[in-house]
Amino acid sequence: MSTKTTTRIVGTPVPRKEGVSKLLGAAVYVDDIVREGMWFGATVRSTIPRGLIRSIGFDRRIDWSEFTVVTAADIPGENHIQLIVADQPCLADGQVNHCDEAILLLAHPDKHKLREAVDAVRVEYDPLHPIFTIEESERQDQVVWGTDNLLKDFLLEKGNVDSVWQNAAHIVEGEYRTGAQEHLYIENNGIIAEWNAQNGITVWGSLQCPYYVHKTLIKIFDLPDQKVRVVQTETGGAFGGKEDYPSTLASHAALLAMKSGHPVKMVYDRMEDLAATTKRHPSRTRHRTALDKDGKLLAMDIDLAMDGGAYATLSSTVLSRATLHAPGPYSCPNVRVRAKSWATNSVPYGAFRGFGAPQAIFALERHMDEIAAAIGIDPVELRRKNFLHTGDTTATEQVMREPLIMDKLLDRILKESDYYARRERFARENPTSSIKRGIGFACFYHGSGFTGSGERILNSLAGMDVTPEGKVRVLVSNTEFGQGTNTVLTQIAAEAIGIGYDDITMAAADTGMVPNSGPTVASRTVMVVGRLIERAGIQLVEMLRAHAGLATNFTRDEFFAACERYRSTHGEVVSLVRYEAPPGIFWNDQKYRGEAYPSYAWSIHMAQVAVDTVSFSAEVEEFWAVQEVGRVLNPVLATGQIEGGVAQGIGYALYEKILLQNGHMANNQMTNYIIPTAEDVPPIHVFFEEIPFQYGGYGAKGIGELPHDGPAPAIVNAIKDATGVSFHSIPLLPEDLFAEFAARQLAEEPATL
Amino acid sequence: MSPSWPTIRFTVNGKECAVQAPPMKRLLDVLREDLHLSGTKEGCGEGECGSCSVRMNGELVNSCLVPILQAEGADIQTVEGLASDGKLHPLQQAFLDHGGAQCGICTPGMLMAAAQLIERSPSPSMAEIREGLAGNLCRCTGFMRIFESVIAGATQIAESAAKKVNHAG
Repeated sequence: MSTKTTTRIVGTPVPRKEGVSKLLGAAVYVDDIVREGMWFGATVRSTIPRGLIRSIGFDRRIDWSEFTVVTAADIPGENHIQLIVADQPCLADGQVNHCDEAILLLAHPDKHKLREAVDAVRVEYDPLHPIFTIEESERQDQVVWGTDNLLKDFLLEKGNVDSVWQNAAHIVEGEYRTGAQEHLYIENNGIIAEWNAQNGITVWGSLQCPYYVHKTLIKIFDLPDQKVRVVQTETGGAFGGKEDYPSTLASHAALLAMKSGHPVKMVYDRMEDLAATTKRHPSRTRHRTALDKDGKLLAMDIDLAMDGGAYATLSSTVLSRATLHAPGPYSCPNVRVRAKSWATNSVPYGAFRGFGAPQAIFALERHMDEIAAAIGIDPVELRRKNFLHTGDTTATEQVMREPLIMDKLLDRILKESDYYARRERFARENPTSSIKRGIGFACFYHGSGFTGSGERILNSLAGMDVTPEGKVRVLVSNTEFGQGTNTVLTQIAAEAIGIGYDDITMAAADTGMVPNSGPTVASRTVMVVGRLIERAGIQLVEMLRAHAGLATNFTRDEFFAACERYRSTHGEVVSLVRYEAPPGIFWNDQKYRGEAYPSYAWSIHMAQVAVDTVSFSAEVEEFWAVQEVGRVLNPVLATGQIEGGVAQGIGYALYEKILLQNGHMANNQMTNYIIPTAEDVPPIHVFFEEIPFQYGGYGAKGIGELPHDGPAPAIVNAIKDATGVSFHSIPLLPEDLFAEFAARQLAEEPATL
Repeated sequence: MSPSWPTIRFTVNGKECAVQAPPMKRLLDVLREDLHLSGTKEGCGEGECGSCSVRMNGELVNSCLVPILQAEGADIQTVEGLASDGKLHPLQQAFLDHGGAQCGICTPGMLMAAAQLIERSPSPSMAEIREGLAGNLCRCTGFMRIFESVIAGATQIAESAAKKVNHAG
């Protein structure tokens, strides 16, 4: 039973499985690998955002005979990256649709010769008119994608929004915007590829989803499944940024490897990684909300628009998650979400922790505070009046069958942060101080696992085998990139079988070795794949009891002895299981109705902010995060996930701004794209309430993305509390605060000028 | 390799090394490519992220900003020099116990910064820890587990030192 409470290993802070190798500096990342006869690859990229390629010339000062040169003409199969819509070329062929789009590839044995060679390739263009904003794309006077620029749209409707406006006591409207955000994993994207006629292609790389890369490579090279092998190397952070891009980079490295006949390493430097790879989608959300005289929600009309960039990539699923998170953890009889993702000539936006939810939740939770101010009630009470409870239905008419404790989470965070006392103190102190302090919060959920029918379609297969050396080896394609996959799946396997943590190893995430247990995304690994490992472990023990004489109670040695008896009579000791949806799950993809997610993680964030009205900087001084994420399988790792997500969310709100110049990221360096440092991150207080989820691995729900959803609205609500100024967009860097405060000062004090 | 390149001699993790390399080659590349010490990582190549931090003559440096010429005669310590006799350094053990490493790519540099900090200030205040690690970016942890690890590591080092003194006394 997933909900059993007595466990030996699950729920304990066992050390990270691959921790020692990382601490010794011995863990092998892609750039640490050197293959015999290895060359290096580089990419020639478009310098304009949109245009036709007129010609490609090669400067004679370079001896091109030393180089391998690859263009779209060298692609043996389809020139498309295989994501949801196959619209994105692997190499531009005749036209470019964004800056830094890959046009041509070079390889050389000496990596120092590549930079000069890249600069010596002259691409001439006939420029076309580019567009860079949601508004330009909506106008459709320049069509840059498909027939209408519309990458995807969704309509979610519950009840009848339009029947409510006339009799509502209050109607509150607002528009909110969020900027792009870079993942800034500290390890840049990198791949090594090898090719030979007999075995086909092997790639090693920093990546999240080996089978995604595999799916693209078989199409690019027109090869059968078994002729492409994708192996994940130790991965230095990902956050969604290594979900889709590695398919492109792996294709590039493999094309160079095939043409040159050498293994080829392509590891981006920071400037290239920042300029050319995906970011979080910018968004614009408009809310129109009707309430009764007591502050109960009557109708939520939400118009959500995202900038998807030049190709569809994952924009439709990001938009889907944004749509499903836009109404938030509230009960409302009438809801309409109209969501559209628009094409522009920016570098395609992609997956990033939260996957559309942070954008939608920023808008909603800022709007809830605006509603509270507009109708004159306490923002805490406004939330409390409207929270979803067990038995309520969501905007998709999903009945909340699991216990739902938003009131309890709210009570907890108010107490832990001493909210009312702090508000009172700041109200007293602020008038005589140039530092204005405030406190604000945000309430939200994050759906665990793939949306709707997604997990059924994935149909994941996972399990374990037992090696002759006496180790149980977990077989999954799910990857470790810091979040703790290796550790938690090991804990689950050890617990389910009844042996020790050290008796378990993780098989390499190698498509030649492990089944497809789905991508490592969507906060699904521990809940969905963890459950498969739990079931596979129980199945393995039952198999050994039935066929190898394993007793009801057994020691570790008896377990492995039984495995060897099984091996001698039946062959390989393997236990694999396939995904089974929890019962009663129904989803209608057309109407967007039903069980949007099998379970939800629930959270409230609270931020205390100090705004310096002289330097115009806003600083988060203290942060509280309360969450219900099912069972916590490893308290140290789980706490680390929450803290890391909060820090990234603080960056999203106050530090991280992507400056585009004619569609090219102008601040593509760590010098001028600023993330929070050890001096910027405040004390973060993390509290878990645990309600085991019956169908998650040992009761777990998703945790990875949740903590990125709340910081931005909590912080901007706190800035409002501190200064009285309501900001409707992020990021808010000192110059953004200055612009707003200066404008207000001008309006208020014209005589002093 | 070109015969015109100078031979540069220095010590890495207590071991004497002689490398023939272009004088402007980055210490980072010499460590990784010539000496095969790939524990030191590159994150930005411009001295912002601290992933390539090593200790050189008792100072914490970004090895991506040090031309190998400047390392002539230097005493360098990298992450590979922390553990001894098959035993993790107390800081490494503390990072393991307290969740100070997640993806691990900033970890070698972070450990060197922490080692430097503790040598300067054996029981650092939170403000000193924050300042001491401010040049080392971590995107995974939000730093809380790292701060806890550094405090635990410092405490462990101080306790072992006290024990040694007691034994000697």
